[in-house]
Amino acid sequence: MDTQMTETLEAIYDRCVANEDNIITVLQEIQKEFGYIQEKVVLWFAERSNIPASKFYGVVTFYSQFHQNPRGKNIVTVCCGTVCHVKGASRIISKIHEDLKLKEGQKTTKDMKFTLERVNCVGACSIAPVVLVNEKVLGKVTPSKMVKSLKAYKD
Amino acid sequence: MNSEIVVSVCMGTGGIAAGGDMVMQAFEKEFEEAGVSNAIVKEHTRLHKVGCRGFCARDVLVDISVGGIISTYQYIQADMVNRLVKDHCIGKRPVTEWMVGDDYHNFHDSQTKIVLHDLGKIDPESIDEYIRVDGYKAAEKALTTLSPAEVIDTVKRSGLRGRGGGGFPTGVKWGFCAANESDQYYIICNADEGDPGAFMDRSVVEGNPHAVLEGMIIGAYAIGASIGYVYIRAEYPLAVERLHMAIKDANERGFLGKNLFGSDFNLKIKVKLGAGAFVCGEETALIASIEGERGMPRAKPPFPANKGLWSKPTIINNVETLANLPHILNKGAEWFAAIGSEKSKGTKVIALTGKIRNTGLIEIPMGMPLKDIIFDIGGGIEGDKLFKAVQTGGPSGGCIPQQHIDLPVHYEGLASVGSMMGSGGMVVLDETDCMVNISKFFLEFTQSESCGKCVPCRLGTKRLLEILTRITEGEGKEGDIELLQELAEDVRDSSLCGLGMSAPNPVLSTIKYFRHEYEAHIKQKKCPAKVCSKLLTFFIREDMCVGCGMCVRACSVNAITGEKKQPHKINNTLCIQCGSCFDACKFSAVLKE
Repeated sequence: MDTQMTETLEAIYDRCVANEDNIITVLQEIQKEFGYIQEKVVLWFAERSNIPASKFYGVVTFYSQFHQNPRGKNIVTVCCGTVCHVKGASRIISKIHEDLKLKEGQKTTKDMKFTLERVNCVGACSIAPVVLVNEKVLGKVTPSKMVKSLKAYKD
Repeated sequence: MNSEIVVSVCMGTGGIAAGGDMVMQAFEKEFEEAGVSNAIVKEHTRLHKVGCRGFCARDVLVDISVGGIISTYQYIQADMVNRLVKDHCIGKRPVTEWMVGDDYHNFHDSQTKIVLHDLGKIDPESIDEYIRVDGYKAAEKALTTLSPAEVIDTVKRSGLRGRGGGGFPTGVKWGFCAANESDQYYIICNADEGDPGAFMDRSVVEGNPHAVLEGMIIGAYAIGASIGYVYIRAEYPLAVERLHMAIKDANERGFLGKNLFGSDFNLKIKVKLGAGAFVCGEETALIASIEGERGMPRAKPPFPANKGLWSKPTIINNVETLANLPHILNKGAEWFAAIGSEKSKGTKVIALTGKIRNTGLIEIPMGMPLKDIIFDIGGGIEGDKLFKAVQTGGPSGGCIPQQHIDLPVHYEGLASVGSMMGSGGMVVLDETDCMVNISKFFLEFTQSESCGKCVPCRLGTKRLLEILTRITEGEGKEGDIELLQELAEDVRDSSLCGLGMSAPNPVLSTIKYFRHEYEAHIKQKKCPAKVCSKLLTFFIREDMCVGCGMCVRACSVNAITGEKKQPHKINNTLCIQCGSCFDACKFSAVLKE
């Protein structure tokens, strides 16, 4: 680990100690900084805080918000709530798979440009089916509209 | 004469998704340009962002008030703003063809709005606007004129019950908590709205965050809590942002912090972000999550009211429950108790969605018949299809068929047909929805959200899902329905927490009311609603096909062949039943059976 990274971690550590934050908040801070939770970061924190690494991993693997692998530049999140489901979310997912050439079980494209994720519900059911590209909410999506929307992010 | 021009743009998540921020920017730009030459526009224009006003299907909704007369516009996009400003704001000639019609008023007129009353009217980012509609008056009244016991008594008499799903009387719960001897009490606002198809908590926090804080102040005072937490989903960034803003403003005005309203009562409110686990909506799991642990429920008793956060007496109330409190304190317990039905008092906010014309957020008096909600407020089924069922209560609820359409919507009514109120999500399903598929969808959800602590839920949901998957893929066996029922009842009776206990509801209710659909999947290997793709055969009608080739390009397995401008054919040995050709065909020539 380089010095810059250690300094960043040290800063997170100090901030979290000062705020009396819990492990979940610590991990949320780490993920905000680095994009995902790396093993070496967890081990560093475990040693620094004198909390077993297993405790950190228990939390990381429990909550769906934490990622253990690097994610693509653009995050495509398909809402899979009840309304989106009955209005065809699964067809949108298979279209994205096809368009981004993702294999079964693969989430991130080889060029690291896209990561495809699902979310239980974003609560925008009135405009279902809903897809989020990064922060942007797309409503009333169809498979062909989806392909068009993704084009803009490809170059 | 009042020459003021007030423009309010809906900026909830729904409004923003429909282009609300672009509309907002367009108004800013137009007003700036118009203001150069027009002093009235420059001096007397106020541009507002307001929270969700309910009728999300018509977004972006814009209110323009000139000289006190309000007109509401629907489906507004940025490129329409120029005309609205020129004709209506400056020229005082409303653009009637863009205005909402009678159906918009019908949608609102049959509702009773308490919690949603100020949503869409006030700017959620301004504490002054909340104060203008009597905000923080109820908290002041409670803290300066009532004892904690009197506050609890008022809430008890109002008959308010928890709006998060359980339906436990709020005042009684507070009484249990306050009866404990302790050096510290906590109040938690549960804004971890996890049910797919429910968005009332998000809308209330986004549209009127101060009402939630005021409810927390009242609750905290009643039980003696000096620290409060709001546990909110990280998936709701706008709600989180507005909540932080509201807490900051309330602290600055002295509504939070030390010596509230000149009393010796202190309250500090912190925000905790959820990390994406449905089970954390369960009280004990939520507490574990605030403590930084894996969000796994524990056995009750002890109940959180006696032994909760950090083992201290803790009250957890849902967003909607809390947002009711200022109104109850202001208008009195008797006023609240007069609304609703005998055992369920007040109103319920409902997220009305699915295959229905008027989707959105509504608030009804408890006990309103299902039929009125779906056909009057909701405007009936989209596309003139036939109503099949309404799913209430999310993954913990069930599907209610046509035969129970007159059912009153309150806690007891929904429970009597094997469903539940839950957080108030209502998803309307039409004849093109497969009930076995819906049941499988919910089991996929509960199976992946099961925390894994107790065996019946961890393994039971998995096995239920396997059987349902098998049935939808044409591998169903004789006896599967009975097996599903038996297993579902076992999971319901032996799970540790509410998630497992209610997970079988979608299965049991769909078998109860739609057994024939299960039988068609198992015996005839057919999906009557034509949804389960493994049970479908796709083919092309020769007389309808124009040979455009759209389906050929859509097919990923090259199963479709044909000459240009000649009818095409699907090779069913290659076809993987993905349905792409069905979506691609513009001439309805692809059929499925």
